Amino acid sequence: MEVALRTAEFPLLSAIIWLPVIGAIILLLLPRRDRLIRWFSLVVALVDFALTLPLFSWFDKDFSGMQFVEKHAWIKAWHISYFLGVDGISVLFVLLSALVTVLCILISWEAVTEKVKEFHIALLLTSAAMMGVFCSLDLFLFYLFWEAMLIPMYLIIGIWGGPNRLYATIKFFLYTLVGSVLMLVGIIFLYLKAGTFNILEIMQLGLPYQFQFWLFWAFFAAFAVKVPMWPVHTWLPDAHTEAPTAGSVILAGILIKMGAYGFLRFSLSFFPVAAKAMMVPMLLLSVIAIIYGGIICLAQTDLKRLIAYSSVSHMGFVTLGIFSLEGNAVEGAILQMINHGIVTGALFMCVGVVYERTHTRAIKDYGGLATVMPIYAAFFMVFTLASIGLPGTNGFIGEFLILLGTFASKRWAAVLGALGVIIGATYMLRLYQQVFYQEVNPKVAGLPDVKMREVLALVPMLILVLLIGCYPTPFLGFMHTSVRALLEHVHQAAGTTLPISEILKEGLHVVLPS
Amino acid sequence: MWSSLPSFVAVYPETLLVLVASVMALVDRWVTRKAVFTWATIVTALLALALVFLTQGTTFGHTYAADQYGVFFKTIFLLVLFLVALLAPGYNRLLGINFGEFYALLMYAVTGMMLMASTQDLILLYLGLELMSLSVYVLVGLLYAELRSLEGAMKYFLLGSFASAFLLLAMAFLYGLTGTTNIEAIAKALLAANLSANKALFLSAALFVVAFAFKVALVPFHMWSPDAYEGAPTSVTAFMSVGPKAAGFAAMGRVFLIALGAAKTEWTQLLVPLAVLTMFTGAVLAVVQTNIKRLLAYSSITHAGYAVLGIIAGTKEGMAATMLYLFLYAFMNIGAFSVIVLMRRKNFLGENIFDYQGLSKTHPTVALLLLIFLFSLTGIPPTAGFIGKFFVFRAAFEAGHTALVILAVLASAIAAYPYLRIVMLMYMKPPEKEVEISLNPYIFAGLMFAVTGVLLFGVYPGPVIDFARACCTGFLP
Repeated sequence: MEVALRTAEFPLLSAIIWLPVIGAIILLLLPRRDRLIRWFSLVVALVDFALTLPLFSWFDKDFSGMQFVEKHAWIKAWHISYFLGVDGISVLFVLLSALVTVLCILISWEAVTEKVKEFHIALLLTSAAMMGVFCSLDLFLFYLFWEAMLIPMYLIIGIWGGPNRLYATIKFFLYTLVGSVLMLVGIIFLYLKAGTFNILEIMQLGLPYQFQFWLFWAFFAAFAVKVPMWPVHTWLPDAHTEAPTAGSVILAGILIKMGAYGFLRFSLSFFPVAAKAMMVPMLLLSVIAIIYGGIICLAQTDLKRLIAYSSVSHMGFVTLGIFSLEGNAVEGAILQMINHGIVTGALFMCVGVVYERTHTRAIKDYGGLATVMPIYAAFFMVFTLASIGLPGTNGFIGEFLILLGTFASKRWAAVLGALGVIIGATYMLRLYQQVFYQEVNPKVAGLPDVKMREVLALVPMLILVLLIGCYPTPFLGFMHTSVRALLEHVHQAAGTTLPISEILKEGLHVVLPS
Repeated sequence: MWSSLPSFVAVYPETLLVLVASVMALVDRWVTRKAVFTWATIVTALLALALVFLTQGTTFGHTYAADQYGVFFKTIFLLVLFLVALLAPGYNRLLGINFGEFYALLMYAVTGMMLMASTQDLILLYLGLELMSLSVYVLVGLLYAELRSLEGAMKYFLLGSFASAFLLLAMAFLYGLTGTTNIEAIAKALLAANLSANKALFLSAALFVVAFAFKVALVPFHMWSPDAYEGAPTSVTAFMSVGPKAAGFAAMGRVFLIALGAAKTEWTQLLVPLAVLTMFTGAVLAVVQTNIKRLLAYSSITHAGYAVLGIIAGTKEGMAATMLYLFLYAFMNIGAFSVIVLMRRKNFLGENIFDYQGLSKTHPTVALLLLIFLFSLTGIPPTAGFIGKFFVFRAAFEAGHTALVILAVLASAIAAYPYLRIVMLMYMKPPEKEVEISLNPYIFAGLMFAVTGVLLFGVYPGPVIDFARACCTGFLP
């Protein structure tokens, strides 16, 4: 199956990716006047977001191939091209990235007071790299953005983070790096086999199973760390907890989605036979993440840490949906990624709002906030319910679709996954109860309610939660055609699987002579 | 009578360097404005570079070939000379070693390296190596009033001489087997007499491995390098961390890939464990260093481990990868050393990594530059370091060394920590003491040049990749 391309007349994707970079370079030259820098960054982010809007309206939902394609030769010696394009799987992430960037600048308006210039440069560069990851159709270009993002993210967590930030940021960097370099080996292998970095051509490669097997795990190393899947999730709670609010929002909103996106874009389409063969282990890992992440949440005493662990559980749902290899479930998984980005991002923003006022994240320091900050409590309530997956919120649609699809392909996984929903309700409602009800804790008495700027950042999230919850069709419509095409590609892929023992034996044989 | 003399065209660049260096060493006493020497070195380096590209050919009875292979390496050496001449003046003036001999010795060393890169004969290889080594021994001991400088020079000298002895022994075995010292003749003789299984050949290959491992500091023959790097004046450390190393690899290419092509399995077998040991030892030991010069010494050991992957691959692509790696390494490593040089004051070494604490607050631009160099050394895109690593990994993978590449990428993940630690100190800790920076126009130009190279080749490496490949086309079948 050849993937169709529709070339863009105007290099829209390039503009979206490079505008923040140009903005960052200009920022570098601007004088250190904090107000100027904040406004300038906000304008850059807003213009960038405005640039993504045509993507939303011009996107042809019935076209399964790549749209807004740009292709130019770049490093001819290695057959690398500057090749961008989006399809139904990636387009929503570009939109989400642009939106999250704007909100991050708003939310750190008062929270970041030191090295303001560096912060905004790092933020804009992260944003550019994130969008680059979602738009790249060249494996080398993809890897470039994927790795380049580590640098600004390392700085964001390490410079503006909480007390234990140094440990958290090094851990984040090294975990991700180890995963990524293993993927790099896989990329080199694919390149040598296919003679190209073009993702669409590699898709048609049809490698023998024993290659697919090893490559699947090499790519798995990178994506599983990013998602993060159990048991390589341990960097996430630290990074989330210590990162500044904007960092947490980026991590939860976009960065960890890149892992799941990688599974969809690469693991499924490059190694379909291996993906089918590895379905049960992957589902098992997902179910463990859902239940384990949920149980850990019950024992958390730190607001941010709790939400961080809930991410592990929620991303378990996403990988569950992806690896059930069923249409509804995969669509649900993509939608759930967007949902999780919105809801968890919003929850981190909410925590940021009170953290700025109290400088504590311990749950026991709060209580009775509903009487002190009623508007804030209302926002938090909606996001809590969305996180639980209450019908009418976006969380419900995603989780429902995932469980529906999974039930059709592997019943046990759906049953176990549904357990996670119950645990989710337990810890989120407990959190809400402890923070907002009960007696007013003297430490929070008399706190001012949310400000206009904070409301401005939270309202778009709220609208999206309710909009996707009540009327998901336009969003699902984006991905429907592309997902069906992808799954058709996966299910049509023919190839005989071999027992693992044989593959290991063969692998040893290949490795030993060197 | 003149017609019986060999043509000197091929050695014009070397001749130029030797002449200028000798004049500089002689007139040093009468020149009071030492900036003249800096300028003379810079101009000579550029002129020699132009000559390198213009003059080609074989001369002196096929012992010296100014071929494409040599051109690439000479470009690296002259680039190193250029960058070091820019970073040295301020630092040298501070330490009272900014005299003509410094630049003269640098140029003699570069001449030796250029001979090594273009040699067609083992004897000339030895001569070039000694010319380079002796000059660098002296340079390391230039601060003879300082104990550690003397210690470094002494260690380097003793172990270096030891390595030279190994080299001579290896050559002697090879001469005994083939009856010639000409590299191409050796290759032919080995093939013709079907000597690839000969014990003496294996011994010779092993001795070559040891000798070159000393020169490029592969573990376990690296012991001299941290002490020599730490003891030497930083301007010299910057030079020796790239220059002699690249020359070592140039000679390795000539000896292993051409002369010992018949014994490829043997020397590969010896180099693979060395490479693995080098990458991991360098990476792990760099983690615990607190002196930044020692840290970069261990880092340069690790980088030699990556560069040797291209030689192990044993292909045209592999050699091109090693060459490109060294070329890019020159930009990032000398760039990093330029920042270290900036930190030096009269009574303040500025070598402890904790001296860098909070640098981003006090000197944001310098911190940003060091950040870029360090991430390039880590191998994170979009910097040149990533391109270099990618190329060598790819070449080794293509040649079938899968396990080696997997180990190499894991080592590169460990090696990231020391660099990250410095970034962490610069950006994530508050400054503790006042640090002054001694910026002058020379070093500023050098830093800008290096950072441009690191970023430019990080995003647009196409032309240099093509150049490196083109330079290997005639070299290997």
